[in-house]
Amino acid sequence: MSNPMTQTPANTGTMMVKGVVALIAALLLFAPFLFQDTRSLEVAARICIFIVLVASFDLLIGYTGIVSFAHTMFFGFGAYGAAILLKQMGPGWTPVILGALAGVGVSLVFAVVIGLLSLRVKAIFFAMITLAAASVVLVLASQLSHITGGEDGIIYKSPDLFKTATKLAVDEDGKVLRLWGVRLNGKLAAYYFVFATSLILFLAMLRFVGSPFGTVLKAIRENEARAEAIGYRVVAYRTAVFCLSAAIASLAGTVYAVWLKYTGPDTALSFSIMIDILLMVVIGGMGTMWGAVIGAVLMILAQYYLRDLMGAAAEATANIPILPQLLAPDRWLFWLGIIFILLVYFFPKGIAGTAMERGAAKGGGA
Amino acid sequence: MSLLSIRNMKTSIGQYAVLHDVTFDVPEGGVFVLLGRNGAGKTTTLRSIMGLWSPSPGSVTFRGQDITGMHTADIARLGIAYVPENMGIFGTLTVDENLILATANGKFDKARLARIHELFPALERFRDKQAWSLSGGQKQMLSVARAIIEPRSLILIDEPTKGLAPSIVAAMAEAFREISRTTTILLVEQNFNFAKSLGRDMAVIDDGRVAHAGTMADFAADLDLQDRLLSLSV
Amino acid sequence: MTALTQTLGRAGGVNLLPVFIAVIAFVLIGAPSSWITLTVAGLAMGMMLFLMASGLSLVFGLMDVLNFGHSAFVSFGAFISATVLAGLGGWLTADSWALNSMALIAAYLAAITFGLIAGWFFETVIIKPVYRDHLRQILITIGAMIVAEQTILAFWGGTPFSVARPAFLEGSWIIGDVSIEIYRAFAFALGAAVFVMLYLVLNRTRIGLLIRAGVEDREMVEALGFRVDRLFIGVFMLGSALAALGGAMWAGYETLITPHMGADLMIVVFIVVIIGGLGSIEGTLLGAVLVGLMSNYVGFLAPKLALASNMILMVAILLWRPNGLRPAVK
Repeated sequence: MSNPMTQTPANTGTMMVKGVVALIAALLLFAPFLFQDTRSLEVAARICIFIVLVASFDLLIGYTGIVSFAHTMFFGFGAYGAAILLKQMGPGWTPVILGALAGVGVSLVFAVVIGLLSLRVKAIFFAMITLAAASVVLVLASQLSHITGGEDGIIYKSPDLFKTATKLAVDEDGKVLRLWGVRLNGKLAAYYFVFATSLILFLAMLRFVGSPFGTVLKAIRENEARAEAIGYRVVAYRTAVFCLSAAIASLAGTVYAVWLKYTGPDTALSFSIMIDILLMVVIGGMGTMWGAVIGAVLMILAQYYLRDLMGAAAEATANIPILPQLLAPDRWLFWLGIIFILLVYFFPKGIAGTAMERGAAKGGGA
Repeated sequence: MSLLSIRNMKTSIGQYAVLHDVTFDVPEGGVFVLLGRNGAGKTTTLRSIMGLWSPSPGSVTFRGQDITGMHTADIARLGIAYVPENMGIFGTLTVDENLILATANGKFDKARLARIHELFPALERFRDKQAWSLSGGQKQMLSVARAIIEPRSLILIDEPTKGLAPSIVAAMAEAFREISRTTTILLVEQNFNFAKSLGRDMAVIDDGRVAHAGTMADFAADLDLQDRLLSLSV
Repeated sequence: MTALTQTLGRAGGVNLLPVFIAVIAFVLIGAPSSWITLTVAGLAMGMMLFLMASGLSLVFGLMDVLNFGHSAFVSFGAFISATVLAGLGGWLTADSWALNSMALIAAYLAAITFGLIAGWFFETVIIKPVYRDHLRQILITIGAMIVAEQTILAFWGGTPFSVARPAFLEGSWIIGDVSIEIYRAFAFALGAAVFVMLYLVLNRTRIGLLIRAGVEDREMVEALGFRVDRLFIGVFMLGSALAALGGAMWAGYETLITPHMGADLMIVVFIVVIIGGLGSIEGTLLGAVLVGLMSNYVGFLAPKLALASNMILMVAILLWRPNGLRPAVK
């Protein structure tokens, strides 16, 4: 089995993947100027955050081979941490920072407990236990409505800098300055806050998988028994990665909460986000980090724009039985589910992994 | 014609090649002993014969029939029984259930059962006990008994004396001698004295290859060869 | 202390846990009539959960396959039986006990038949290619679950679907100041009957012997000359059919079902098999009854904690016994 990450980068597949990622990064960097409407900026910010969220999930699934269903739970801890404090203390940086810390703290406690409890026994228990834990947290969040706002969630204000009315720069008339037609206001600052934190977190994860720690993880993934025999404490390593991935997911949650100015079960905790993350990481390619970028971009674009397309298709097929129901915009998950199954069968390495392997195969591959 | 012949067997587990080139023939009748150091590939050889790992390339021929790549269950149905190193006892089943499971039609042949009870009296005494509660020696007896509850042509036995008390080892040797009158035994063994007392033909596996094959009498007489192939290399 | 442990062990060991919980609940609830109602509800729920979970547990025990799409059989069972009942509305409302029961039997048979066929399809098409690969197994069965849930949404829509019940299962028996819903007693009896049948098959037949042996050591069963993979298809189909039957019964219990019911129940089913220990139906029954009782008692005493209570129960049991209460292999 060839491992794309350890191979010399000089192959066409890897170059292509990295090229695509660089292009995506460039598009995201200039997104406010390239796509000047609110919906596009919304999509771009969501992509940034999901890249981090999916990459942090990839640390777990791709680099240790264990499946957790609690990733949205950690995302939610970060989001609710910031949301609750912003609501209670009013807008400002203190609640954001305290919220982020609280989210990470709670996430770490949960991750350690779940990890030590279930990584010790069969790996399959881990999947079931994380699923159970996540669903309980989801139910608690919707029931403890005096703290979490219940089903309705919490609406609050973000720090003043990010208010749309904030002027980052003014022209001589005292009006907000425009650069290439874009208002330099708080909304722009908020976007670049999202972009910068996402970039930093993503680079940190890239750095991490290239570190000696990451190398050990790959050894464990390739052959657990052997790694154990060499003397690595597999459970300790896995719990550590689980904690790290939980902490980063939680931070991503905080950033998302600051950006959205709303946190509720649907945006931060629901099981459908978990499904999205799974789809993104598998479609993009597990264990590559680049795959997280590609998967997140594709899925989110599909979420926002595929539905429009499907609506048209459903209308076009209106007089054929059952097909319109399956083509209805709400049924887009049906098709994604099928694509997902086919991908897992035929391209288990996802887009990035397959591309990198194809490129590497010429040099002497699998 | 030999009962079982193995040609150029190469078996990999995951990405690690365990057997590189194993070739030997087991003649019909008697005990054939497979010797070798720890990790040389003896267990892998037995598992490959049984179809629990698939050798590629290479071939396993049983009574002239190519059984390479066949399903384990179909190989077993040809009359090959397997007594694995961990004995493969079903602990939650009773002793009798373990035995009846191994019969082809779910019924005991009274004469065979009587013979087994004669060989291993403990299995009669504890027939309704759950197998996990047996001692190590009794479990080994049960595992061997399971292999002979039906008429078989060949029994693969993996290190039956490991961890057993000397008195039980002696009883086991007696039982094997008795069984080998009617059934060929392919025995993997570390205990050389035990193997020497039973084997007629033998082969030594070292580092995934057959390092020596011949009769047990010749091998037992050649101390140099023994030293070279079996002693722990320091 | 050891003497106490031994006495408890002779009296049934972990099997006494439900009794223990029932006694504590009796003290906490105080009112015997409420306690009886809740206990009956808990036992009925436990039996239905048992039906949904038993297949999952056996399938895992036998082939190390964990099917995250198992809940799809539950949902489909519920919707199919509800549709059949709706179609046979005339029989249900007829003033004939025989016609009533025939409608119910037809609904259950439809669910079971679907479970058998879908189970066969699922095993051959979805799961067989990914035996022994846990990661891809989890992913593929999750994918199948998504597709199944979306299919239900496409066929039945997203609005809650109301389930008709035969007249003779409506209402309650009133004994003194205790009221027992007839449907709950019926669900309990049917579930218990299925358990007894399963138990007899597993412990009194040759197939059962093979299954029990296969759960313990699949390779060895194969080395004795039996095709465990063929046995497995049978077990998988049976497990799917039982899940569909469980779903059908659950539909009548809830009387209002949504396409998400499978996913919601899945969590509970997982908790059941984790608590019980994978691979043994006795363990699954124990887990199911514990969860059923716990849900109803806590639902009465502290409604907000109902789901969390199962989680706490699971964590406590795992800390005590990491492999569950009665795993198949010691």
